[in-house]
Amino acid sequence: MIAHGVIFYLFAIITVFAATMVIFSRNPVHSVLFLILAFFNSAGLFILIGAEFLAMILVVVYVGAVAVLFMFVVMMLDVSLAEMREGLLHNLPLGAAVGFILLMELGFVAGGWVFAPDASNYLFAPITTVGLTNTEAIGNILYTHYIYYFQTAGLILLVAMIGAILLTHRSRPGVKKQNISDQVSRKPSDTIQIKKVKSGEGA
Amino acid sequence: MFEIGLAHYLILSAILFTLGIMGIFINRKNVIIILMSIELMLLAVNINFIAFSAFLGDISGQIFSLFILTVAAGEAAIGLAILVVYFRNRRSIAVDDISTMRG
Repeated sequence: MIAHGVIFYLFAIITVFAATMVIFSRNPVHSVLFLILAFFNSAGLFILIGAEFLAMILVVVYVGAVAVLFMFVVMMLDVSLAEMREGLLHNLPLGAAVGFILLMELGFVAGGWVFAPDASNYLFAPITTVGLTNTEAIGNILYTHYIYYFQTAGLILLVAMIGAILLTHRSRPGVKKQNISDQVSRKPSDTIQIKKVKSGEGA
Repeated sequence: MFEIGLAHYLILSAILFTLGIMGIFINRKNVIIILMSIELMLLAVNINFIAFSAFLGDISGQIFSLFILTVAAGEAAIGLAILVVYFRNRRSIAVDDISTMRG
């Protein structure tokens, strides 16, 4: 039990530290790297609490896709660092005040939280500990009760993909590229000339 | 102290959420950091969902966490695409400049 607590505090402290560095670090590249660190440690917390599938998905989706996307954009946009950080100290008091108030409120909620005594009677899909891994349990319910939501999630990703492509695509003039319909509709009579060359006079 | 309960996870997620909010308020010059702060807030929400799911013994919370992850990925992709287009037009990603957009 001691080890469980120690591991929780280790992951939690690193996560909070990384999150702090995400918003305070000078270089956006460092921010992205600290974001990755925060996601990795949260994945550790998820494993600790028994949600292995979500932990792996977090690593694959966030670290593998979202963070790399952020990294691409940070590297691609050539923004000056000095200009970006100005106004940090100017906005700090407001941010700290809002953060303090919100943290107090959330702390009150979290500190005084208790489950209703009969809450365990109303579980939708109880976690059974025998013979069913976390992934199987999620799959059992995700593909049955939540199938429409699952399909909608896929649709959201499709729309996001189309939107991102449509937004960033630009057709520049003067770029040579393949035009399939032009190629296919070309006739031999347009392009090939047959010359009769007398024997002995060819070049 | 070493007995980890629901409150520990709730407080951790509250701290993460607050850091996300603070990131939005502090970084007024850099939209990328604001997008990262939103990701942090969504991560805090995920931790909340999974903590409740584990301590209540109901797997549904993890399903919702999965959907939040999906929406977060889509949101990051669209947000960064808008950012790239904006940077192409204005050569800047400061929030203050965005308020001057017309048409």
